[in-house]
Amino acid sequence: MKTKAKIKKTDVASARVGDGWVYSETVKDHFFHPRNFLPKMPKKGEFDAEGQVGSPQCGDVMRIWIKVDPKTEKIKKLKWRTFGCASAIAATSMFSVIVTEKGGMTVDQALAIKPQDIMARLGGLPVRKVHCSVLCDKAFMQAANNYFRNKGQHEKIIVLGHKVIDKRLNITDHDIEEAVLEGARTLLDVQKKLKVGVGDPEAIPAIEQLIKFYLEKYYG
Amino acid sequence: MQKIYLDNAATTPTDSRVLKAMEPYFNKVYGNPGSLHGSGRESKTAILQARKSIAKILNCKPEEIIFTGSGTESDNLAILGVARAFLTSLAKSNFYSSGECIVTSAIEHHAVLYTCEQLEKEGFDLVYSKVDKDGVLILDDFKKAITDSTILVSIMYANNEIGTIQPIKEIGEIIKEIKADRIKRNIDAPIYFHTDACQAAGYLDLDVQKLGVDLLTLNGSKIYGPKGMGVLYVRTGTKLKPIVFGGGQEKGLRSGTENIAGIVGLAKALELSQAKRKQESAREAKLRDYFIKEISKKVSKVVLNGHAEKRLPNNINISILDIEGEAMLLWLDKYGIFCSTGSACDSQSLEPSHVILALGRPYEYANGNLRFTMGKYTTKKDLDYVLKVLPKIVSDLRSISPVNVKI
Repeated sequence: MKTKAKIKKTDVASARVGDGWVYSETVKDHFFHPRNFLPKMPKKGEFDAEGQVGSPQCGDVMRIWIKVDPKTEKIKKLKWRTFGCASAIAATSMFSVIVTEKGGMTVDQALAIKPQDIMARLGGLPVRKVHCSVLCDKAFMQAANNYFRNKGQHEKIIVLGHKVIDKRLNITDHDIEEAVLEGARTLLDVQKKLKVGVGDPEAIPAIEQLIKFYLEKYYG
Repeated sequence: MQKIYLDNAATTPTDSRVLKAMEPYFNKVYGNPGSLHGSGRESKTAILQARKSIAKILNCKPEEIIFTGSGTESDNLAILGVARAFLTSLAKSNFYSSGECIVTSAIEHHAVLYTCEQLEKEGFDLVYSKVDKDGVLILDDFKKAITDSTILVSIMYANNEIGTIQPIKEIGEIIKEIKADRIKRNIDAPIYFHTDACQAAGYLDLDVQKLGVDLLTLNGSKIYGPKGMGVLYVRTGTKLKPIVFGGGQEKGLRSGTENIAGIVGLAKALELSQAKRKQESAREAKLRDYFIKEISKKVSKVVLNGHAEKRLPNNINISILDIEGEAMLLWLDKYGIFCSTGSACDSQSLEPSHVILALGRPYEYANGNLRFTMGKYTTKKDLDYVLKVLPKIVSDLRSISPVNVKI
C-alpha cells in the first residue's frame, strides 16, 4: 500500500516498482525545457573534448562536449545533443545540471556520478527507461577519456574491459549488465534474452552473481 | 485547451446512438438469454436481431456469426480453433498428413502473430508470406508458400499501423482454387482462410462471399461501438474447436453468458458505420492526402509508410528522421494532439514496430515513426492545427539531436 500511495503522489513509478509508464514532473520539465543543450554544432576549439555513445538504430544517441578550467580542473561548461525519447533527453539534461551546478565538478568527480544518482534527481524513471539515463554517463566517460588523452593524462583513461562469462556464446559481463538494464531480474529472464549458460552450465554461478551485482547497482 | 484525437485505429469513442441502443440491456432487459422465462426470451430476441443485422452486412447466415469478447479473442478462436479441430480429426481417423502448416504475414496484429507463434511451439509449421516495401502481400510468394499441408491462412484485411489494404478477394480466389484442386486430387486436409477485418470494418466492403473468406474477425471498439466485443464469422462447414469452455453458448464455440448490451451495441455500430462507409471513406481519404502532401512540404525528411493508394482512408503513418517518436508524441500531447508511435521507446519490449521493420525500413524509420488515424469526428481544422504545431516540434527536437541520417 505504501508503494502505491507513493506512485500516486509523485506521478511516477520508481524503478523498484516497475510497471509504470508515467514520467515524473522533473522528467517532464527537463524534457520540455532541456538545459545546456547545444543548438548549433561547436566551432573548432570551443570545447576541450567530446564524447558520443549509441546509434540511431537502437533508438538513442548522445553527444557531450566539455570545457574544463585548466587551473581548477572544474567543468565550466557541459553541452549535449541527444536523439532519443523523453527520458533520454531529460536524463542528459539533468546530468548536465548535476555536473555544472555550484561552480562545477572536476572531471574526476563527474566520473563518479552513477546512473542512480541521475535517476534519483529525476524523481525516478519507468524501469524500461533506465538504460536511457545510463547512456549519458557513458557519453561523458568518452568525453573525459578524450580530455585526459588531450592533456596527456594517459594514466587516467578508463578502459572498460569486458570479461567473457559464457565461453561458448562469447557473452560478456557487459551483455548481462545490458540484459538487467532491459528488465531482466532472474537467471531465467537473462537466459531468455541471451541463452547464456545454457550450453555452459559451469558459468551459471558467475552469471547469478553478476545479476545480483547489477540489480544492486541499478535498482538497489 | 482543445483536444484532437487522432488515434482512432487504437480505439474510437462510442457513438451516442450506439450507447442509446445499448442502454435498455443493462437493467430493463437483463434476463439470461439461456433462460426460458419472458425476461430471458426478450434478451434472446435482442441477440437474434443483432445476429441478423450483422449477417445482412456480411452477406452470410445469422448462425454463422459468433459473438466473442474482443477482436483478439476472435483471432484466437479462429486460429487455435482451426488448428485444434484439425488435430482432433487426425486422432479420430488415425490419419497422418505430412505435417500441418499455417501461412500468415509478418505484419499481422499481435493477436494473430502471437497466436500463430503459440501453435508453432505446439508443433505446427509457421510460414510468413512476404510483403513488399509498402506492406502489400506479394501474391506470387503467397502461392508458393502454400503446400498440401497448409491448413490455415490468416491475412489481415487492412493493417492497423500503416493502413495498407491487402488483396483479400484475390487471396480468397487463390484459396478457392486450392480447395477445388485438393478435392480433385483426393486430399482430405482442409484449408481455411481467416482475415482480421477490425481496422477495415468502417471503410471497406465486408461481404464474405465476395471476399471468399471462411473466417472473419470484427470488433466493436474500432467502429464507434462498445469495447470488449468481438465477432467471428464462421462459414458453415468450417471445423472449429472452442478455446473457452462452459455453458455452451454460441453453438458451443464461446461459452459464457452473452453480453447482450455489447452485442446490441456492436450490431448498431456496424450498421451505422457501414451505412456511411462510402461517403465517409471519400471524405477521410481527401483529408489524409491533404495532410500527407502538406506535411511533406512543411517538414524535411518525412517518409510515408505503407502504400499511397491501397491504404485505409483514415491512416497517416509517417517517419520523421533524426528524431524519436516518443519525444514527438509527448510534445504533441502537450498541445492536445493524441497520436501513436511505433518507436522502440514507446513499446513494452523496447523493440520498434515489427510492421515498419517488415517493410525493409531501417530502425531509424521505426524509431522516428508517428501514426495519426482519423475518424468520423476529424475535421480539416484539426489537421491544420497539427500542421501548424508539428513542424515547430520537429525543428526543436532536431535542434537538440546529434543525428543526421542520409536518405
